[in-house]
Amino acid sequence: METINQIQDEIIDEFSVLDDWMDKYQLLIDMGNDLPALDEAFKKPQYLIEGCQSRVWVVADYDKASNIVTFRAESDTVIVKGLVFLLLKVLSGRTPDEILNADLYFIDEIGLKEHLSPTRSNGLFSMVKQILDYARVFKTM
Amino acid sequence: MSAICSQSAIDAKALRADFPILASQVYGKPLVYFDNAATTQKPKVVIEAISRAYETCNANVHRGVHYLSQQATQAHEEAREVVRDFIHAASSDEIIFTRGTTESINLVAFSFGEAFCQAGDEILISGMEHHSNIVPWQMLCERKGLTLRVIPFDENGNLLLDEYAALLGSKVKLVALTQVSNVLGTINPVAEMIRMAHAQQIPVLVDGAQAAAHISVDVQALDADFYAFSAHKLYGPTGLGVLYGKRALLEAMPPYQGGGEMIDQVHYSHTTYNVLPYKFEAGTPDFIGTTAFTTALRYVQNIGMDKIARYEDELLQYATEKMQAIEGLRIIGTSAHKSAVVSFVIDGIHPYDLGLLLDKLGIAIRTGHHCAQPLLESMGYEVCARASFAFYNTTDEIDALVAALLRIQKMFK
Ligand SMILES: Cc1ncc(COP(=O)(O)O)c(C=O)c1O
Repeated sequence: METINQIQDEIIDEFSVLDDWMDKYQLLIDMGNDLPALDEAFKKPQYLIEGCQSRVWVVADYDKASNIVTFRAESDTVIVKGLVFLLLKVLSGRTPDEILNADLYFIDEIGLKEHLSPTRSNGLFSMVKQILDYARVFKTM
Repeated sequence: MSAICSQSAIDAKALRADFPILASQVYGKPLVYFDNAATTQKPKVVIEAISRAYETCNANVHRGVHYLSQQATQAHEEAREVVRDFIHAASSDEIIFTRGTTESINLVAFSFGEAFCQAGDEILISGMEHHSNIVPWQMLCERKGLTLRVIPFDENGNLLLDEYAALLGSKVKLVALTQVSNVLGTINPVAEMIRMAHAQQIPVLVDGAQAAAHISVDVQALDADFYAFSAHKLYGPTGLGVLYGKRALLEAMPPYQGGGEMIDQVHYSHTTYNVLPYKFEAGTPDFIGTTAFTTALRYVQNIGMDKIARYEDELLQYATEKMQAIEGLRIIGTSAHKSAVVSFVIDGIHPYDLGLLLDKLGIAIRTGHHCAQPLLESMGYEVCARASFAFYNTTDEIDALVAALLRIQKMFK
Protein backbone atom coordinates (compact mmCIF):
# COMPACT_ATOMS: atom_id res chain seq x y z
CA MET A 1 0.00 0.00 0.00
CA GLU A 2 1.13 3.51 -0.76
CA THR A 3 2.27 5.73 2.08
CA ILE A 4 0.40 8.83 3.15
CA ASN A 5 3.03 10.97 1.49
CA GLN A 6 2.91 9.03 -1.78
CA ILE A 7 -0.81 9.69 -1.97
CA GLN A 8 -0.31 13.35 -1.12
CA ASP A 9 2.27 13.65 -3.89
CA GLU A 10 -0.11 12.07 -6.39
CA ILE A 11 -2.79 14.59 -5.46
CA ILE A 12 -0.31 17.42 -5.82
CA ASP A 13 0.64 16.14 -9.29
CA GLU A 14 -2.98 15.91 -10.31
CA PHE A 15 -3.66 19.52 -9.28
CA SER A 16 -0.36 21.01 -10.36
CA VAL A 17 -1.17 20.66 -14.07
CA LEU A 18 -4.13 23.01 -13.53
CA ASP A 19 -3.16 26.67 -13.55
CA ASP A 20 -6.58 28.18 -13.44
CA TRP A 21 -8.54 28.38 -10.20
CA MET A 22 -11.72 27.38 -11.93
CA ASP A 23 -10.08 24.20 -13.27
CA LYS A 24 -8.86 23.29 -9.80
CA TYR A 25 -12.34 23.80 -8.45
CA GLN A 26 -13.84 21.82 -11.29
CA LEU A 27 -11.64 18.90 -10.28
CA LEU A 28 -12.67 19.37 -6.65
CA ILE A 29 -16.35 19.45 -7.65
CA ASP A 30 -15.90 16.24 -9.63
CA MET A 31 -14.24 14.62 -6.63
CA GLY A 32 -17.02 15.89 -4.41
CA ASN A 33 -19.56 14.26 -6.68
CA ASP A 34 -17.55 11.00 -6.45
CA LEU A 35 -17.61 10.93 -2.66
CA PRO A 36 -19.92 8.07 -1.66
CA ALA A 37 -23.03 9.29 0.12
CA LEU A 38 -23.10 8.74 3.84
CA ASP A 39 -25.98 6.58 5.05
CA GLU A 40 -28.77 8.87 6.29
CA ALA A 41 -28.63 6.97 9.59
CA PHE A 42 -25.31 8.71 10.30
CA LYS A 43 -26.56 12.21 9.62
CA LYS A 44 -27.15 12.72 13.30
CA PRO A 45 -25.95 15.34 15.75
CA GLN A 46 -23.27 13.07 17.21
CA TYR A 47 -21.53 12.83 13.82
CA LEU A 48 -22.15 16.41 12.80
CA ILE A 49 -19.52 19.10 12.66
CA GLU A 50 -21.38 22.34 12.28
CA GLY A 51 -19.70 25.08 10.32
CA CYS A 52 -21.59 28.32 10.09
CA GLN A 53 -21.85 28.03 6.30
CA SER A 54 -21.76 24.29 5.72
CA ARG A 55 -21.84 21.03 7.59
CA VAL A 56 -19.70 17.93 7.70
CA TRP A 57 -20.58 14.53 9.12
CA VAL A 58 -17.76 12.14 10.06
CA VAL A 59 -18.03 8.51 11.10
CA ALA A 60 -14.97 6.56 12.27
CA ASP A 61 -14.60 2.78 12.49
CA TYR A 62 -11.67 1.02 14.09
CA ASP A 63 -10.67 -2.56 13.40
CA LYS A 64 -8.55 -3.63 16.31
CA ALA A 65 -7.25 -6.80 14.69
CA SER A 66 -5.71 -4.93 11.77
CA ASN A 67 -5.21 -1.67 13.73
CA ILE A 68 -6.87 0.25 10.89
CA VAL A 69 -9.12 3.30 11.17
CA THR A 70 -11.67 3.85 8.41
CA PHE A 71 -13.47 7.15 7.99
CA ARG A 72 -16.66 7.92 6.14
CA ALA A 73 -17.80 11.50 5.77
CA GLU A 74 -20.04 13.81 3.83
CA SER A 75 -20.90 17.47 3.57
CA ASP A 76 -23.84 19.48 2.30
CA THR A 77 -21.63 21.44 -0.10
CA VAL A 78 -19.95 19.85 -3.10
CA ILE A 79 -16.67 21.73 -2.74
CA VAL A 80 -16.33 20.72 0.90
CA LYS A 81 -17.20 17.18 -0.20
CA GLY A 82 -14.33 17.37 -2.66
CA LEU A 83 -11.97 18.37 0.12
CA VAL A 84 -13.39 15.63 2.34
CA PHE A 85 -12.77 13.18 -0.51
CA LEU A 86 -9.11 14.19 -0.57
CA LEU A 87 -8.71 14.08 3.21
CA LEU A 88 -10.21 10.60 3.37
CA LYS A 89 -8.06 9.43 0.50
CA VAL A 90 -5.04 10.44 2.54
CA LEU A 91 -6.14 9.54 6.07
CA SER A 92 -8.68 6.72 5.85
CA GLY A 93 -7.48 3.12 6.05
CA ARG A 94 -4.46 4.03 8.16
CA THR A 95 -3.24 3.10 11.62
CA PRO A 96 -3.82 5.57 14.46
CA ASP A 97 -0.08 6.27 14.53
CA GLU A 98 0.07 7.03 10.83
CA ILE A 99 -2.82 9.45 11.20
CA LEU A 100 -1.35 11.17 14.23
CA ASN A 101 2.04 11.55 12.59
CA ALA A 102 0.73 12.69 9.22
CA ASP A 103 1.97 16.01 7.94
CA LEU A 104 -0.84 17.26 5.70
CA TYR A 105 1.19 19.31 3.28
CA PHE A 106 -0.87 18.59 0.16
CA ILE A 107 -3.61 21.09 1.03
CA ASP A 108 -1.09 23.87 1.11
CA GLU A 109 0.68 22.69 -2.03
CA ILE A 110 -2.44 22.60 -4.15
CA GLY A 111 -3.35 26.09 -3.00
CA LEU A 112 -6.40 25.17 -0.95
CA LYS A 113 -5.00 25.89 2.49
CA GLU A 114 -7.54 28.65 3.12
CA HIS A 115 -10.25 25.98 3.36
CA LEU A 116 -8.61 24.43 6.38
CA SER A 117 -8.15 27.63 8.33
CA PRO A 118 -10.09 27.94 11.58
CA THR A 119 -11.70 31.14 10.33
CA ARG A 120 -13.28 29.40 7.33
CA SER A 121 -16.67 28.50 8.59
CA ASN A 122 -16.99 25.29 6.62
CA GLY A 123 -16.34 22.68 9.31
CA LEU A 124 -13.17 21.27 7.69
CA PHE A 125 -10.77 22.56 10.32
CA SER A 126 -12.88 20.89 13.00
CA MET A 127 -13.11 17.76 10.88
CA VAL A 128 -9.35 17.34 10.82
CA LYS A 129 -9.22 17.93 14.56
CA GLN A 130 -11.94 15.36 15.02
CA ILE A 131 -10.06 12.81 12.89
CA LEU A 132 -6.98 13.29 15.07
CA ASP A 133 -9.09 12.96 18.23
CA TYR A 134 -10.50 9.67 16.96
CA ALA A 135 -7.01 8.40 16.17
CA ARG A 136 -5.83 9.36 19.65
CA VAL A 137 -8.68 7.45 21.26
CA PHE A 138 -8.26 4.39 19.03
CA LYS A 139 -4.57 4.30 19.80
CA THR A 140 -5.32 3.63 23.46
CA MET A 141 -7.81 0.86 22.69
CA MET B 1 -27.20 49.43 -21.03
CA SER B 2 -25.99 52.92 -21.77
CA ALA B 3 -29.67 53.88 -21.91
CA ILE B 4 -30.04 52.70 -18.36
CA CYS B 5 -27.05 54.66 -17.17
CA SER B 6 -28.15 57.84 -18.80
CA GLN B 7 -31.58 57.80 -17.15
CA SER B 8 -30.21 58.77 -13.80
CA ALA B 9 -27.85 61.62 -13.29
CA ILE B 10 -25.20 59.46 -11.66
CA ASP B 11 -22.02 58.73 -13.49
CA ALA B 12 -20.99 55.62 -11.60
CA LYS B 13 -17.93 55.07 -13.75
CA ALA B 14 -16.60 58.50 -12.80
CA LEU B 15 -17.52 58.15 -9.13
CA ARG B 16 -15.68 54.82 -8.94
CA ALA B 17 -12.45 56.75 -9.28
CA ASP B 18 -13.14 58.22 -5.83
CA PHE B 19 -12.87 54.75 -4.26
CA PRO B 20 -9.28 53.47 -4.33
CA ILE B 21 -10.21 49.89 -3.43
CA LEU B 22 -12.47 49.52 -6.46
CA ALA B 23 -9.41 49.50 -8.69
CA SER B 24 -8.06 46.35 -7.00
CA GLN B 25 -7.69 42.96 -8.52
CA VAL B 26 -8.43 39.74 -6.68
CA TYR B 27 -6.98 36.47 -7.99
CA GLY B 28 -5.94 38.44 -11.05
CA LYS B 29 -9.51 39.56 -11.79
CA PRO B 30 -10.92 43.07 -11.42
CA LEU B 31 -12.80 43.31 -8.14
CA VAL B 32 -16.60 43.37 -8.39
CA TYR B 33 -17.80 44.40 -4.96
CA PHE B 34 -21.39 43.33 -4.37
CA ASP B 35 -21.33 43.08 -0.59
CA ASN B 36 -22.38 46.62 0.15
CA ALA B 37 -25.08 45.64 2.59
CA ALA B 38 -22.35 44.21 4.82
CA THR B 39 -20.17 47.28 4.55
CA THR B 40 -19.56 49.94 1.93
CA GLN B 41 -16.22 51.00 0.51
CA LYS B 42 -14.76 54.38 1.46
CA PRO B 43 -14.08 57.29 -0.85
CA LYS B 44 -10.59 58.68 -0.79
CA VAL B 45 -11.78 61.86 0.91
CA VAL B 46 -12.94 59.83 3.91
CA ILE B 47 -9.70 57.87 4.10
CA GLU B 48 -7.81 61.14 3.92
CA ALA B 49 -10.05 62.76 6.52
CA ILE B 50 -9.00 60.05 9.00
CA SER B 51 -5.29 60.74 8.44
CA ARG B 52 -5.88 64.47 8.45
CA ALA B 53 -7.72 64.30 11.76
CA TYR B 54 -4.81 62.41 13.32
CA GLU B 55 -2.34 64.78 11.74
CA THR B 56 -4.02 68.03 12.64
CA CYS B 57 -6.52 67.75 15.47
CA ASN B 58 -5.88 64.67 17.59
CA ALA B 59 -6.63 65.49 21.21
CA ASN B 60 -9.28 64.23 23.58
CA VAL B 61 -12.56 66.04 23.30
CA HIS B 62 -14.62 67.99 25.83
CA ARG B 63 -11.87 68.16 28.41
CA GLY B 64 -8.91 70.21 27.35
CA VAL B 65 -8.49 73.93 27.55
CA HIS B 66 -5.70 73.62 25.04
CA TYR B 67 -5.91 74.49 21.39
CA LEU B 68 -5.89 70.96 19.95
CA SER B 69 -8.60 69.74 22.25
CA GLN B 70 -10.73 72.71 21.27
CA GLN B 71 -10.19 71.89 17.61
CA ALA B 72 -11.03 68.21 18.11
CA THR B 73 -14.13 69.03 20.13
CA GLN B 74 -15.30 71.45 17.50
CA ALA B 75 -14.87 68.88 14.73
CA HIS B 76 -16.64 66.22 16.80
CA GLU B 77 -19.59 68.46 17.61
CA GLU B 78 -19.77 69.63 14.02
CA ALA B 79 -20.17 65.98 13.03
CA ARG B 80 -23.15 65.74 15.35
CA GLU B 81 -24.70 68.70 13.57
CA VAL B 82 -23.99 67.17 10.14
CA VAL B 83 -25.64 63.91 11.24
CA ARG B 84 -28.61 65.86 12.60
CA ASP B 85 -29.00 67.57 9.28
CA PHE B 86 -28.57 64.29 7.36
CA ILE B 87 -31.49 62.60 9.13
CA HIS B 88 -33.42 65.85 9.67
CA ALA B 89 -33.58 65.62 13.44
CA ALA B 90 -34.84 68.61 15.41
CA SER B 91 -31.82 68.98 17.67
CA SER B 92 -28.27 67.70 17.77
CA ASP B 93 -28.88 66.86 21.46
CA GLU B 94 -30.91 63.97 20.09
CA ILE B 95 -27.93 62.53 18.20
CA ILE B 96 -25.98 60.00 20.24
CA PHE B 97 -22.78 58.52 18.90
CA THR B 98 -22.38 54.79 19.47
CA ARG B 99 -20.23 51.99 18.08
CA GLY B 100 -22.84 51.03 15.51
CA THR B 101 -26.44 50.07 14.93
CA THR B 102 -26.00 47.11 17.24
CA GLU B 103 -24.89 49.25 20.16
CA SER B 104 -27.61 51.81 19.43
CA ILE B 105 -30.27 49.12 19.71
CA ASN B 106 -28.71 47.61 22.81
CA LEU B 107 -28.70 51.05 24.41
CA VAL B 108 -32.43 51.45 23.84
CA ALA B 109 -33.18 47.86 24.87
CA PHE B 110 -31.40 48.51 28.16
CA SER B 111 -32.29 52.09 29.02
CA PHE B 112 -35.81 52.18 27.60
CA GLY B 113 -36.37 48.77 29.17
CA GLU B 114 -35.28 50.07 32.57
CA ALA B 115 -37.46 53.14 32.35
CA PHE B 116 -40.62 51.82 30.78
CA CYS B 117 -40.91 48.02 30.81
CA GLN B 118 -42.28 45.61 33.34
CA ALA B 119 -43.01 41.90 33.57
CA GLY B 120 -45.92 41.01 31.35
CA ASP B 121 -45.23 43.76 28.80
CA GLU B 122 -44.51 43.01 25.16
CA ILE B 123 -41.97 44.12 22.58
CA LEU B 124 -43.06 43.85 18.97
CA ILE B 125 -40.53 43.23 16.21
CA SER B 126 -40.95 42.18 12.59
CA GLY B 127 -40.19 38.78 11.14
CA MET B 128 -37.43 40.21 8.97
CA GLU B 129 -35.09 41.59 11.61
CA HIS B 130 -31.32 41.30 11.74
CA HIS B 131 -30.05 39.49 14.85
CA SER B 132 -29.05 42.93 16.15
CA ASN B 133 -32.71 43.87 16.35
CA ILE B 134 -33.78 40.55 17.86
CA VAL B 135 -31.28 39.51 20.49
CA PRO B 136 -31.17 42.77 22.52
CA TRP B 137 -34.95 42.51 22.89
CA GLN B 138 -34.75 38.85 23.85
CA MET B 139 -32.25 39.85 26.51
CA LEU B 140 -34.61 42.54 27.77
CA CYS B 141 -37.43 40.00 27.79
CA GLU B 142 -35.33 37.62 29.87
CA ARG B 143 -34.14 40.34 32.20
CA LYS B 144 -37.56 41.75 32.98
CA GLY B 145 -40.04 39.04 32.08
CA LEU B 146 -41.42 40.49 28.84
CA THR B 147 -42.70 38.65 25.80
CA LEU B 148 -41.37 39.15 22.27
CA ARG B 149 -43.97 39.15 19.50
CA VAL B 150 -43.28 39.01 15.79
CA ILE B 151 -45.09 40.65 12.85
CA PRO B 152 -45.36 38.10 10.02
CA PHE B 153 -44.77 38.80 6.32
CA ASP B 154 -46.02 37.30 3.07
CA GLU B 155 -44.11 35.23 0.50
CA ASN B 156 -42.96 38.35 -1.35
CA GLY B 157 -41.51 39.83 1.78
CA ASN B 158 -44.19 42.38 2.66
CA LEU B 159 -45.16 42.77 6.30
CA LEU B 160 -48.80 41.93 6.99
CA LEU B 161 -50.22 45.18 8.26
CA ASP B 162 -53.53 43.65 9.38
CA GLU B 163 -51.64 41.23 11.59
CA TYR B 164 -49.52 44.14 12.78
CA ALA B 165 -52.61 46.13 13.74
CA ALA B 166 -53.92 43.14 15.67
CA LEU B 167 -50.61 42.73 17.50
CA LEU B 168 -50.54 46.38 18.63
CA GLY B 169 -52.19 45.58 21.93
CA SER B 170 -52.13 47.42 25.21
CA LYS B 171 -49.21 45.37 26.53
CA VAL B 172 -46.86 46.45 23.75
CA LYS B 173 -44.27 48.90 25.08
CA LEU B 174 -42.20 49.35 21.94
CA VAL B 175 -42.13 48.37 18.27
CA ALA B 176 -38.67 47.70 16.81
CA LEU B 177 -38.67 47.54 13.08
CA THR B 178 -36.18 47.54 10.26
CA GLN B 179 -36.71 50.14 7.56
CA VAL B 180 -35.00 47.99 4.92
CA SER B 181 -34.50 44.24 5.25
CA ASN B 182 -30.86 43.20 4.81
CA VAL B 183 -31.98 39.93 3.18
CA LEU B 184 -35.24 40.60 1.38
CA GLY B 185 -34.46 44.17 0.50
CA THR B 186 -38.02 45.15 1.37
CA ILE B 187 -38.50 48.82 2.19
CA ASN B 188 -41.07 48.63 4.94
CA PRO B 189 -43.84 51.24 5.20
CA VAL B 190 -42.37 52.55 8.42
CA ALA B 191 -44.13 55.93 8.32
CA GLU B 192 -47.51 54.24 8.19
CA MET B 193 -46.50 51.65 10.78
CA ILE B 194 -45.29 54.37 13.13
CA ARG B 195 -48.62 56.17 12.72
CA MET B 196 -50.44 52.98 13.61
CA ALA B 197 -48.27 52.46 16.71
CA HIS B 198 -48.59 56.07 17.80
CA ALA B 199 -52.37 55.80 17.58
CA GLN B 200 -51.94 53.39 20.52
CA GLN B 201 -49.27 55.58 22.19
CA ILE B 202 -46.58 53.01 21.41
CA PRO B 203 -43.12 54.34 20.48
CA VAL B 204 -41.18 52.87 17.56
CA LEU B 205 -37.48 52.19 17.05
CA VAL B 206 -36.42 52.06 13.42
CA ASP B 207 -33.33 50.04 12.47
CA GLY B 208 -31.96 52.17 9.66
CA ALA B 209 -28.74 50.18 9.10
CA GLN B 210 -29.74 49.22 5.54
CA ALA B 211 -31.70 52.35 4.77
CA ALA B 212 -29.56 55.35 5.66
CA ALA B 213 -27.10 54.88 2.79
CA HIS B 214 -29.74 54.24 0.16
CA ILE B 215 -32.79 56.41 0.73
CA SER B 216 -33.09 59.84 2.26
CA VAL B 217 -34.09 59.72 5.88
CA ASP B 218 -36.24 62.25 7.71
CA VAL B 219 -36.80 61.14 11.28
CA GLN B 220 -39.27 63.93 11.92
CA ALA B 221 -41.34 63.19 8.84
CA LEU B 222 -41.34 59.51 9.84
CA ASP B 223 -42.04 60.58 13.42
CA ALA B 224 -39.64 57.80 14.53
CA ASP B 225 -38.98 57.72 18.26
CA PHE B 226 -35.58 56.09 17.80
CA TYR B 227 -33.51 55.65 14.66
CA ALA B 228 -30.30 53.60 14.56
CA PHE B 229 -27.65 53.29 11.87
CA SER B 230 -23.96 52.56 11.28
CA ALA B 231 -21.34 54.81 9.68
CA HIS B 232 -19.53 51.91 7.99
CA LYS B 233 -22.55 51.07 5.84
CA LEU B 234 -22.74 54.72 4.82
CA TYR B 235 -19.28 55.19 3.28
CA GLY B 236 -17.92 56.23 6.67
CA PRO B 237 -15.47 54.67 9.12
CA THR B 238 -16.06 51.42 11.02
CA GLY B 239 -16.80 51.33 14.70
CA LEU B 240 -19.10 54.32 14.69
CA GLY B 241 -22.87 54.46 14.81
CA VAL B 242 -25.72 56.77 15.58
CA LEU B 243 -28.75 56.61 17.76
CA TYR B 244 -31.37 59.26 17.23
CA GLY B 245 -33.92 59.50 19.99
CA LYS B 246 -36.68 61.95 20.77
CA ARG B 247 -35.61 64.24 23.55
CA ALA B 248 -38.48 63.47 25.92
CA LEU B 249 -37.80 59.74 25.74
CA LEU B 250 -34.05 60.11 26.09
CA GLU B 251 -34.52 62.41 29.07
CA ALA B 252 -36.70 59.83 30.77
CA MET B 253 -34.24 56.98 30.24
CA PRO B 254 -31.37 56.15 32.63
CA PRO B 255 -27.81 56.01 31.25
CA TYR B 256 -26.64 52.85 29.49
CA GLN B 257 -23.00 52.76 30.53
CA GLY B 258 -21.17 54.64 33.24
CA GLY B 259 -17.84 56.39 33.01
CA GLY B 260 -16.26 59.62 31.94
CA GLU B 261 -18.10 62.11 29.71
CA MET B 262 -21.55 60.96 30.83
CA ILE B 263 -21.34 62.49 34.29
CA ASP B 264 -22.03 65.87 35.80
CA GLN B 265 -20.69 65.41 39.37
CA VAL B 266 -19.16 62.27 40.82
CA HIS B 267 -19.01 61.73 44.57
CA TYR B 268 -18.82 58.46 46.45
CA SER B 269 -22.17 59.27 48.00
CA HIS B 270 -23.89 60.08 44.73
CA THR B 271 -23.28 60.92 41.07
CA THR B 272 -25.28 63.16 38.78
CA TYR B 273 -25.40 62.68 35.07
CA ASN B 274 -24.55 64.93 32.20
CA VAL B 275 -27.16 66.39 29.88
CA LEU B 276 -28.13 64.97 26.49
CA PRO B 277 -26.52 63.65 24.42
CA TYR B 278 -23.50 63.09 26.70
CA LYS B 279 -25.53 61.16 29.26
CA PHE B 280 -25.45 58.24 26.81
CA GLU B 281 -21.84 58.61 25.68
CA ALA B 282 -19.65 57.11 28.38
CA GLY B 283 -15.92 57.21 27.75
CA THR B 284 -13.83 58.85 25.05
CA PRO B 285 -15.89 58.91 21.87
CA ASP B 286 -14.51 58.00 18.45
CA PHE B 287 -13.86 61.64 17.61
CA ILE B 288 -11.60 60.76 14.70
CA GLY B 289 -14.38 58.58 13.31
CA THR B 290 -17.04 61.24 13.75
CA THR B 291 -14.85 63.77 11.99
CA ALA B 292 -14.34 61.43 9.04
CA PHE B 293 -18.05 60.62 9.04
CA THR B 294 -18.74 64.30 8.42
CA THR B 295 -16.76 63.96 5.22
CA ALA B 296 -18.63 60.80 4.22
CA LEU B 297 -22.05 62.40 4.76
CA ARG B 298 -21.05 65.51 2.83
CA TYR B 299 -19.75 63.28 0.06
CA VAL B 300 -23.06 61.47 -0.41
CA GLN B 301 -25.10 64.63 0.10
CA ASN B 302 -23.08 66.20 -2.63
CA ILE B 303 -24.10 63.40 -5.00
CA GLY B 304 -27.66 63.57 -3.64
CA MET B 305 -29.52 60.86 -1.79
CA ASP B 306 -32.41 60.96 -4.21
CA LYS B 307 -30.13 60.45 -7.18
CA ILE B 308 -28.42 57.60 -5.37
CA ALA B 309 -31.77 55.96 -4.64
CA ARG B 310 -32.88 56.32 -8.25
CA TYR B 311 -29.66 54.95 -9.71
CA GLU B 312 -29.54 52.02 -7.29
CA ASP B 313 -33.13 51.22 -8.18
CA GLU B 314 -32.10 51.03 -11.84
CA LEU B 315 -29.34 48.62 -10.86
CA LEU B 316 -31.87 46.58 -8.89
CA GLN B 317 -34.31 46.38 -11.81
CA TYR B 318 -31.52 45.46 -14.21
CA ALA B 319 -30.09 42.77 -11.89
CA THR B 320 -33.51 41.35 -11.10
CA GLU B 321 -34.39 41.00 -14.75
CA LYS B 322 -31.05 39.42 -15.73
CA MET B 323 -30.86 37.11 -12.76
CA GLN B 324 -34.45 35.96 -13.03
CA ALA B 325 -33.67 34.75 -16.53
CA ILE B 326 -31.17 32.24 -15.15
CA GLU B 327 -32.73 28.80 -15.04
CA GLY B 328 -33.06 27.42 -11.53
CA LEU B 329 -32.33 30.75 -9.85
CA ARG B 330 -34.84 31.93 -7.29
CA ILE B 331 -34.82 35.44 -5.85
CA ILE B 332 -35.71 35.62 -2.18
CA GLY B 333 -37.60 38.83 -1.53
CA THR B 334 -39.81 40.09 -4.34
CA SER B 335 -41.58 43.03 -2.79
CA ALA B 336 -42.56 45.88 -5.11
CA HIS B 337 -40.77 48.22 -2.68
CA LYS B 338 -37.18 47.09 -2.58
CA SER B 339 -33.76 48.46 -1.93
CA ALA B 340 -30.85 47.25 -4.11
CA VAL B 341 -30.43 43.86 -2.49
CA VAL B 342 -30.85 40.58 -4.37
CA SER B 343 -30.81 37.45 -2.24
CA PHE B 344 -31.03 34.22 -4.16
CA VAL B 345 -30.46 30.50 -4.36
CA ILE B 346 -29.67 28.35 -7.39
CA ASP B 347 -31.00 24.82 -7.64
CA GLY B 348 -28.33 22.21 -7.04
CA ILE B 349 -25.62 24.63 -5.92
CA HIS B 350 -24.96 25.29 -2.26
CA PRO B 351 -24.58 29.05 -1.62
CA TYR B 352 -21.22 28.39 0.03
CA ASP B 353 -19.90 26.82 -3.18
CA LEU B 354 -21.40 29.65 -5.18
CA GLY B 355 -19.75 32.32 -3.05
CA LEU B 356 -16.42 30.54 -3.19
CA LEU B 357 -16.39 30.23 -6.96
CA LEU B 358 -17.62 33.79 -7.53
CA ASP B 359 -14.80 34.94 -5.28
CA LYS B 360 -12.28 33.20 -7.52
CA LEU B 361 -13.79 35.15 -10.41
CA GLY B 362 -13.27 38.39 -8.51
CA ILE B 363 -16.88 38.83 -7.44
CA ALA B 364 -17.54 39.48 -3.75
CA ILE B 365 -21.02 38.53 -2.55
CA ARG B 366 -22.28 37.40 0.83
CA THR B 367 -23.37 33.87 1.56
CA GLY B 368 -24.75 32.37 4.74
CA HIS B 369 -27.63 33.25 7.00
CA HIS B 370 -26.93 37.01 6.88
CA CYS B 371 -27.49 37.36 10.62
CA ALA B 372 -31.17 36.75 10.01
CA GLN B 373 -31.66 33.07 10.82
CA PRO B 374 -35.31 33.32 11.91
CA LEU B 375 -36.17 35.14 8.67
CA LEU B 376 -34.58 32.53 6.39
CA GLU B 377 -35.95 29.66 8.46
CA SER B 378 -39.45 31.04 8.14
CA MET B 379 -39.02 31.00 4.35
CA GLY B 380 -37.68 27.45 4.33
CA TYR B 381 -34.00 28.24 3.77
CA GLU B 382 -30.94 27.85 5.95
CA VAL B 383 -28.56 29.91 3.90
CA CYS B 384 -28.61 31.92 0.69
CA ALA B 385 -26.44 34.13 -1.47
CA ARG B 386 -26.84 37.90 -1.60
CA ALA B 387 -25.65 40.55 -4.00
CA SER B 388 -26.12 44.09 -2.70
CA PHE B 389 -25.39 47.20 -4.70
CA ALA B 390 -24.11 50.71 -4.15
CA PHE B 391 -24.04 53.74 -6.44
CA TYR B 392 -20.51 52.90 -7.58
CA ASN B 393 -21.66 49.60 -9.07
CA THR B 394 -22.47 49.35 -12.75
CA THR B 395 -24.61 47.28 -15.08
CA ASP B 396 -21.35 45.95 -16.56
CA GLU B 397 -20.59 44.44 -13.18
CA ILE B 398 -24.04 42.90 -13.03
CA ASP B 399 -23.40 41.41 -16.47
CA ALA B 400 -20.15 39.97 -15.07
CA LEU B 401 -22.08 38.42 -12.17
CA VAL B 402 -24.66 36.88 -14.49
CA ALA B 403 -21.95 35.48 -16.77
CA ALA B 404 -20.14 34.05 -13.75
CA LEU B 405 -23.32 32.43 -12.43
CA LEU B 406 -23.93 30.77 -15.79
CA ARG B 407 -20.35 29.55 -15.91
CA ILE B 408 -20.55 28.15 -12.39
CA GLN B 409 -23.84 26.45 -13.17
CA LYS B 410 -22.10 24.53 -15.97
CA MET B 411 -19.46 23.30 -13.52
CA PHE B 412 -22.12 21.49 -11.51
CA LYS B 413 -23.88 19.90 -14.48
C1 LIG C 1 -30.72 45.54 9.19
C2 LIG C 1 -29.45 45.55 10.00
N1 LIG C 1 -29.51 45.87 11.30
C3 LIG C 1 -28.40 45.91 12.05
C4 LIG C 1 -27.17 45.62 11.55
C5 LIG C 1 -25.98 45.66 12.44
O1 LIG C 1 -25.12 46.67 12.11
P1 LIG C 1 -23.71 46.82 12.82
O2 LIG C 1 -23.06 45.47 12.73
O3 LIG C 1 -23.00 47.87 12.05
O4 LIG C 1 -23.96 47.21 14.25
C6 LIG C 1 -27.06 45.27 10.21
C7 LIG C 1 -25.73 44.91 9.65
O5 LIG C 1 -25.57 44.05 8.84
C8 LIG C 1 -28.23 45.23 9.42
O6 LIG C 1 -28.17 44.88 8.13
